[in-house]
Amino acid sequence: MDYVIILIAAVFVNNIVLSQFLGICPFLGVSNKVSTSFGMSGAVLFVMTISTTVTYLLHQYVLVPSGLNYLRTITFILVIAALVQMVEIILKKVSPPLYQALGVFLPLITTNCAVLGVAILALGLDNGSLVKAVFFAFSNSLGFSLALIVFASIREQLELANIPEGMKGVPINLLVAGLLSLAFLGFTALV
Amino acid sequence: MAKTIHQKQNFLKGIIKENPIFVMLLGMCPTLGVTSSAFNGLGMGVATAFVLLMSNIVVSLVKNLIPSKVRIPAFIIIIASFVTIVEMILEAFVPFLYEQLGIFIPLIVVNCIILGRAEAFASKNNVLSSVIDALGMGLGFTMALTALGSFREILGNGSLFGLSFVPDDANTFILFILPPGAFIALAYLTVIFNKLTTKTS
Repeated sequence: MDYVIILIAAVFVNNIVLSQFLGICPFLGVSNKVSTSFGMSGAVLFVMTISTTVTYLLHQYVLVPSGLNYLRTITFILVIAALVQMVEIILKKVSPPLYQALGVFLPLITTNCAVLGVAILALGLDNGSLVKAVFFAFSNSLGFSLALIVFASIREQLELANIPEGMKGVPINLLVAGLLSLAFLGFTALV
Repeated sequence: MAKTIHQKQNFLKGIIKENPIFVMLLGMCPTLGVTSSAFNGLGMGVATAFVLLMSNIVVSLVKNLIPSKVRIPAFIIIIASFVTIVEMILEAFVPFLYEQLGIFIPLIVVNCIILGRAEAFASKNNVLSSVIDALGMGLGFTMALTALGSFREILGNGSLFGLSFVPDDANTFILFILPPGAFIALAYLTVIFNKLTTKTS
């Protein structure tokens, strides 16, 4: 039951993009086409789940026992940056088609604050365990994907709309994101 | 004389022409995440500006020592060190702000403005120019965050910097202090900013 609540909370109620404001840069940056938003979602799913697994273990078995908690930020960002590079190299070797699909998005992920944010948030779960932390990361990446893909679909339609001159570009995208966030606010009472 | 004019432009560009938020759209996560009140916006702005200033100074000092292949990880370590310092200072001296900003303090590390300035400016210029660049950018960022925070606090809570100016039972636009209000407020502020800057230039 715990896991169902984590999933629903991460995807709908506390959506990582629309209510916690993590990962806004890729959300606004790579959402002009639905196909690219799928690629980005896949890359985030991959990296977020793996990096949270590694950072959680590192925090639990290295940083906490040796009292180096204050090095958390530095360690996590380095681990994520290194992991992204490694994932890129391994994918290139093991699965060229997957690399073709995700390759261009991987370097962008290092600066995706959702990845670092989720790694840190996963440390604060109630009755935390490794499985729970990883599931939390996985759920959040699904939440990210949902928000990104819905937003990209709306933006594709928006290209045909007649928008006032001053609102074109960034402002109208932010307004759409605002309305989308308002819609997600309706899920608040769900858990 | 030409030198001072150059530095003045260097300082002003961060506030208007290359404003990190309204023009370059960098660092959007803290911009939207912590600006539910003017005080939070100001606090976040100052914390980020401090990290930006320190990292610009260090990067411009060590730029010739870092091989270009490993410069990005090196910059990230420099930035992360200062973020950790800020985190400790806030926790010790302003615990209230530390609670309010929460996860967004460690996330200053991945704020694209800081890495962006390190890469695009500090790694190519001397210390003085880098300091001025950081001050201008930091001020532009802080002003934008404070403006957004004030806008949301006035509409959403009927107060500014915690000072309430409406009766207790007044209906305010609560929407503006909720997450959707962040997007909507920033959308309209960007329109206003664009309108003002295109007129003056």
